[in-house]
Amino acid sequence: MSVATEARHSAPTVLRRPDVRLGSAIRLWQRNASIYRRTYKMNILPNFFEPVIYLLAMGLGLGRYLSSVQGVKYIDFIAHGLVATSTMFGTSFEVTFNCFVKMQFGRVYEAATATPLSIEDVGLGELLWGTTRATIYGVLFFLIATAFGVVHSWLAVFVPLAVVAIGLMFSVIGLSFTALIPLIDFFTYYWTLFITPMFMFSGIFFPLSRLTDWIHVIAWFMPLYHGANLLRALMLTGDAGAALASAAWIVVVTAGLFVVPLNLLHRRLVR
Amino acid sequence: MSSAVLARGLTKRFGELEAVRGIDFQVDERECFGFLGPNGAGKTTTMRMISCASPVTAGELSVLGLDPVAGGRDIKRRTGVLPQEYNLDEEVSVLENLVIYARYFDIGTRTSRPRAEELLEFMQLTDKRDWRVPRLSGGMKRRLMIARALMNQPELLVLDEPTTGLDPQARHLVWEKLRSLKREGVTLLLTTHYMDEAAQLCDRLVIMHEGRILVEGSPREMIAKETSPQVVEVFDPSAEQQRELATLEGLADRVERLVDRWLFYTGDGDALFAKVRSIMPDAASVWLRGATLEDVFLMLTGRGLLE
Repeated sequence: MSVATEARHSAPTVLRRPDVRLGSAIRLWQRNASIYRRTYKMNILPNFFEPVIYLLAMGLGLGRYLSSVQGVKYIDFIAHGLVATSTMFGTSFEVTFNCFVKMQFGRVYEAATATPLSIEDVGLGELLWGTTRATIYGVLFFLIATAFGVVHSWLAVFVPLAVVAIGLMFSVIGLSFTALIPLIDFFTYYWTLFITPMFMFSGIFFPLSRLTDWIHVIAWFMPLYHGANLLRALMLTGDAGAALASAAWIVVVTAGLFVVPLNLLHRRLVR
Repeated sequence: MSSAVLARGLTKRFGELEAVRGIDFQVDERECFGFLGPNGAGKTTTMRMISCASPVTAGELSVLGLDPVAGGRDIKRRTGVLPQEYNLDEEVSVLENLVIYARYFDIGTRTSRPRAEELLEFMQLTDKRDWRVPRLSGGMKRRLMIARALMNQPELLVLDEPTTGLDPQARHLVWEKLRSLKREGVTLLLTTHYMDEAAQLCDRLVIMHEGRILVEGSPREMIAKETSPQVVEVFDPSAEQQRELATLEGLADRVERLVDRWLFYTGDGDALFAKVRSIMPDAASVWLRGATLEDVFLMLTGRGLLE
């Protein structure tokens, strides 16, 4: 009886203030960067080919059969959404599968927390690293897309900043899921019920405007929808108001959830 | 002399399970202190509390004069930890493992590289410095993990089963290194279920069982206090011989009958040995030896499998 009371008492709520220090978190970021440095030459090439393939196949291939979508060339219509998607994928593999393997099988977090790092520092380091990966993917896609002539607004100078914000948002969401699931197999749900539907229904390949209202309601709750809208405003329409509205959604959601993965990791690993 | 670790009524519960049940102990600076016990005795949980990996449920704990709750980061900064299971960075080289780990302590490359080279030399891994971890044998990984635990030049070294799974050569090398660290003034805390390891390394030790400390002392004290100094072991006595051996029971302090052996614990081994030999003509089936820590351990924790 007293044991149960104690357990409830010591269980941290997911929103409490985490024991976190930026300097320590950067140490874990540096670990990941040291390891990435050994393999980036292998990794960066697919990062280059993927956008080219997408833009060629969808933009130029499929675009040949579509005169225009919402008054713009098809390649212009999809390019910014693909930058957002590439950003999302850039961190999502990292903070789901990679982090789970590090946590559960490689015992990397056990090693790191035997040093002055807290588990929350480790979590923040992973968020920063996921965001870094997302930024590399997103910016690279953006630069290649630019070469295809899809940028139509000077607001595009803010794209790197937007990519960082989108990357951080998906890092926070992905790492929270990772800290919750008991088995690696559960990631199937994350990908098939969250990532893939967002990829398809965020207005990236076709506009949502002609679909029924409830699709719009669902879309409003999808992080990628706002990521794509933000990049559309920056790269295509140059609508600063729309950009700010999407950016605000992203910032509020990210800030609101920011401590959740850190506290979930604490609850899972500090026993 | 001040104490490196002080525990009073130290308790750890995981839900309904009470893993550590209010133990008291004190570790002096610069000594080697051992926790002996069968699997599930609470040794690892105790080590995890000391190294600030696991919060204390109840009782008091002070490590290097600090409270693990308020001073966790400072304790960890001054402590080296060797966990039971391998947790090296598999993707990078032996040397990089040490450099990355040192960075967690805010030790920059300029300091950590020469220190890593030095520790690789100390652990006889210099020629493996550029190998990646999966190429290393179990013994090499263990030595690398000890080197890693030393990167922050700790005052306190917490070792959870330092030689489990190692071959005899690697075990002796590790023991030698641990003794030389102790000479340099490092306080050593270790768990083991090898009695010879405890006898070799520990100034003082406790035997734990089911979350409690059963006895405490130096290996020698413990043997003197808990058991008779000599043991006559008799192997495979026949039914006839067993009947005759039973008549000698009164002469021993304690007799233990196992499936294939009888053990007579006694203060006068020579006399009892002669009597047993008159019953057992085959010299190879009777053996007189000194009592060991293992006798104490098995007497206190029983011979049945505990898991």
